[in-house]
Amino acid sequence: MPLKVIDQFEVSRLQVLDEQGQADTALLPDLANEQMIELYRWMTLAREADQRMLKLQRQGRIGTFAPCTGQEATSVGAAYAMGKRDWFVGAFRELGGRLVRGEPFVNALLFHAGYEEGNLQPGGVEQRLLPFSIIVAAQLLHAVGIGYAMQLRKENSAVVAFCGDGATSEGDFHEALNFAAVWQAPVVFVVQNNQWAISIPRRKQTRSATLAQKAIAYGMPGLQVDGNDVLAMYRATREALQRAYRGQGPTLIEAETYRMMMHTTADDPTRYRTDDEVAGWQKKDPLIRLRRFLEQRGVWSEAQQGALDAEIKQQIERSVVEFEGRHEFKPDAPFDHVFATPHPSIEEQRQRFLADLPPEVKHG
Amino acid sequence: MAKLNMVQAINLALQQEMARDDRVVVLGEDVGRDGGVFRVTEGLQEKFGEQRVIDTPLAESAIIGTSIGMAIAGLRPVAEMQFCGFSYLMLHQLEGHASRLRSRTQGQLGVPLVVRFPYGGGVRALEHHSESREVLYGHIPGIKVVVPSGPRNARALMLAAIRDPDPVVFMEPKRSYRAFKEEVPDAEEVLPIGQAQVVQPGDKCTVVTWGAMMRPTLEAVQAVAKQRSVQVELIDLLTVTPLDSATIVESVTKTGRCVVVQEAPRTFGPASEIIARINDAALMYLEAPIERITMPDVVTPYFGRENLYLPTPARIQAAIERTLDF
Repeated sequence: MPLKVIDQFEVSRLQVLDEQGQADTALLPDLANEQMIELYRWMTLAREADQRMLKLQRQGRIGTFAPCTGQEATSVGAAYAMGKRDWFVGAFRELGGRLVRGEPFVNALLFHAGYEEGNLQPGGVEQRLLPFSIIVAAQLLHAVGIGYAMQLRKENSAVVAFCGDGATSEGDFHEALNFAAVWQAPVVFVVQNNQWAISIPRRKQTRSATLAQKAIAYGMPGLQVDGNDVLAMYRATREALQRAYRGQGPTLIEAETYRMMMHTTADDPTRYRTDDEVAGWQKKDPLIRLRRFLEQRGVWSEAQQGALDAEIKQQIERSVVEFEGRHEFKPDAPFDHVFATPHPSIEEQRQRFLADLPPEVKHG
Repeated sequence: MAKLNMVQAINLALQQEMARDDRVVVLGEDVGRDGGVFRVTEGLQEKFGEQRVIDTPLAESAIIGTSIGMAIAGLRPVAEMQFCGFSYLMLHQLEGHASRLRSRTQGQLGVPLVVRFPYGGGVRALEHHSESREVLYGHIPGIKVVVPSGPRNARALMLAAIRDPDPVVFMEPKRSYRAFKEEVPDAEEVLPIGQAQVVQPGDKCTVVTWGAMMRPTLEAVQAVAKQRSVQVELIDLLTVTPLDSATIVESVTKTGRCVVVQEAPRTFGPASEIIARINDAALMYLEAPIERITMPDVVTPYFGRENLYLPTPARIQAAIERTLDF
């Protein structure tokens, strides 16, 4: 009996803007000029905030963090496509997306200065934004569970969940895709393929030609997107969300981008990659690309750029001032939140902890 | 009021709570159509539908990971791990997220989740089906570990676990699943988590145990009472963590002697912690060293040798007598 082809698959790639900012007009998403300027503003804010944090870290004013420079388009584009009632489930390199979803920048500073206060959302649970998930890929399953709950309650909303290329090797990644597909859960998985998982390059992470094709095995659509093209990210996420709202299940988006900086501030990328490689990706910068597009469209000028830069600088400085003005961190706060209700055994330990505190801490 | 075994009693709790609160969902491997490999969830899917009684794909980390998401989004998931021995694949979800989310968000988000699974030996099962690993979960701050010992308290504690705003690991002693029946009231009965129970008052020695060890321990205590006319105070821990030190300390202060019986291996088990708590608060009341009867620190033997290793009424009785005679 001859071998028979019983199924065939293909993988597509979406790009709207090329490196010179030229758009494929047929693929342009339905966004007003003001909205595209807004996207540019969010990306610029994320870039400048990231660079400010790097300085603060080098000065010892905050601790280790994972810079997002170069990857702004992926999470900003995806977050901008979300509806108000959708949940944002991030990993730890989505500063831009978090800002779009209403998280104040001061949170990033507090979090990286070592305080849980940096996870407090102004809107509480209803902000629908999960804190950082540092354990790689674990958060994808939370996204699927949230999606299931929405489905059960017949809510017309969905979840956008992020992970990196390294996460695609984790069991939780595969379990999440499988559960989401079996349940047809309304989840959009965005893999930020930034080519490096600390020192491990993409080619050593998997033999798959694309990360997008991993979706095929689970029975869901998978799409590779130019992750440095914010309009493509917006378009792909929007379409995936529309499918999810219609009950058509999950989607996997591989966003091809590049980690322009170190994995975290504790990492030295010169140990494992070349300057040439980094320089090559600089040409694909997501901010430059969108700026060129807006300029060619005649909706962005040098003067506007100057005003934006000044405004963003001020906004960031206000957050830094607010952060540095925070001195009250209740020393025994962790005892408040072990459980929702107090237990004598924990309270007894709190009393001992407080009694042993040095006076300068006890009295601020 | 009906006479129920532990399987039926937990099933009753799940049925009543699912009927009372439509946020409660049950999920796990084979929990739906099959009713669970021990039949604890039997009939639930017929009653509440496939959306609320979910037969999941086979992946423990995903069962707990998605349960965490469901809990964040306002549901009350009750997730089954088929056996204690298969639960370790989800440990990072429990330690890394379920236990921490409340603290991480300073109370903005919580994970009201019950993870229930059968544990323990004595049923002549294959490898990985006989361990007692409460210490793995009890060591994690932010997690409550509940171990019922009989049908009535299993039902009442399950209700408390489902209503608890925090993650509860609910360990069911499978050797006691069908071993005996008790009167379980139809009307709702809830036992508070974090409270031990004095099940038999006494004045000469305190014996502390939990879960499947309650039955052999009770047998030993009764034998001592019969042979020596001595009343031993028996405490059923019910919650391993957060540990109810007060009940234990109060009892030992009165009796001056204590034996702890634990099915788990000896080192770093709850027995060690109980002895440390007595040391903290009642050392000067002790008239004898505290004894503990446990499994030795060996890999759980296959069932051919299992009974040689598990605490037996005779070993427990001998320990109580040594303590009394010291």
